[in-house]
Amino acid sequence: MIGDPPGSAGRPFGANPSFYDLMRGADPNTGALRAPGEDPPALPPHGTTVVALKYDGGVIMAGDRRAVEGYTIADNEMQKVFPADEHSAVGIAGVAGQALEMVRLFQTELEHYEKVEGELLSLEGKANRLAQMLRGMFPMVMQGLVVVPIYAGFDPRRTQGRIFRYDVIGGRYEESDYAATGSGSRDAKASMKKRWRPGLDRAAAIAVAVESLVDAGEADTATAGPDLMRGIFPSLHIITAEGVDEVPEDEVRTAAEAIVAERGDAR
Amino acid sequence: MSTMPFYVAPEQLMKDRSEYARKGIARGKPVVAFEYADGIVFIADNPSTHLHKISEVYDRIAFAGVGKYSEFENLRIAGVRMADVRGYSYGREDVNVKALANAYSQVLSDIFTREMKPYEVEIVVAQVGEAGEENELFHIVFDGSVNDEEGFVVMGGEEEAPKANLQGAYRPDMPLDDAIRAAVGALSQPNGGTLEPARIEAAVLDRTRKGRRKFRRLSVQDLEQTLQG
Repeated sequence: MIGDPPGSAGRPFGANPSFYDLMRGADPNTGALRAPGEDPPALPPHGTTVVALKYDGGVIMAGDRRAVEGYTIADNEMQKVFPADEHSAVGIAGVAGQALEMVRLFQTELEHYEKVEGELLSLEGKANRLAQMLRGMFPMVMQGLVVVPIYAGFDPRRTQGRIFRYDVIGGRYEESDYAATGSGSRDAKASMKKRWRPGLDRAAAIAVAVESLVDAGEADTATAGPDLMRGIFPSLHIITAEGVDEVPEDEVRTAAEAIVAERGDAR
Repeated sequence: MSTMPFYVAPEQLMKDRSEYARKGIARGKPVVAFEYADGIVFIADNPSTHLHKISEVYDRIAFAGVGKYSEFENLRIAGVRMADVRGYSYGREDVNVKALANAYSQVLSDIFTREMKPYEVEIVVAQVGEAGEENELFHIVFDGSVNDEEGFVVMGGEEEAPKANLQGAYRPDMPLDDAIRAAVGALSQPNGGTLEPARIEAAVLDRTRKGRRKFRRLSVQDLEQTLQG
């Protein structure tokens, strides 16, 4: 399986550190379930709302836990935010199967580069790579199988957290404060517009993130707010100079309960 | 009497190639792979801080090479590719060092018999066992021969003295600091002096490391602390 040593005669100069290119060489359909002329399966599960916002220590990324198939709830405990490597995280909205596969490919891509080159890819480079992978999925977008991620990481060269938003065809846009994607993104963004301010501390940032998902959940059927009855809460990842960590559920629960209590009192 | 100038007996051919490869390898500096209580430590005499002899391959697998840099670097990259393709196509736990050692053995054996010149390399691929599991160390040489090793491996130029030295110093389940001191001490012997931390390349596969990736490089500061202590 090792085959010819890489970089032998007739190949491009230098070892290509891209796992994505390697897999596409073996199977051109990697990252894109291409089926020309066929309609996609009626309603594959969709993941919905993910938000990311900056705070004084980096970035917080949060996703609700619902996946839907049309008007049916397909999954109540889905994870939509994943560490991409030790310094960045990716959140996904759109067709779940395709999105999860893209995350796995992206994670391997970053690790592969790191191992082959012996160095980390720059945050800018990682964000661009994700855009290129999205462009590779364009045929699926034409079939309605859309994936729209958010990417955030800590940039050691600028010593700050950065957030990147994407569109369906791989357009990449850096956001200075916060971003949202998925069916509830409009409401989540409107919520953050009112609540977010520069220099939030950790607890305040967690509260803003959770509240934006509560707001999205109130207006969008495909987004779930915190489920206090079953103890299902949004999943949050925190990205700092030290790396990516999951926010412990206790902290999310505290934030969610405060918001629900406040709204209950307001009645 | 006519001669057949192009005929060389296969024995002679293989002998010449082996000798050529051995000479190339002997010019380099040695590398030690050493099992300790929590994993496997790799120590190389390597004045370069950028051209590594020791590298991560996968979650629990590392690679070390001696000899011609371009050649073991080719092998290293091919190994990383194989591991990542397998891990992506099947599952992360389906990547194991035995398959990797087999692949290296095949490709080195092919090159040794078919190419104009053999690779002038020796490599070690090792996998740290999860708690309770055995570590696996494979030592593969230029002609594709594989040895399944236990305890420690020394390879590269002038390896006889360090090997003899380590045979005396090695004990199973040594703490990391002792293992580093033993390995560095063994590599220092032939030069008479001690090996400066600045020219040591060191890394561990540490089964107690958090997360799935167990490979970690040791900095010059780490080494200075250990060697002074």
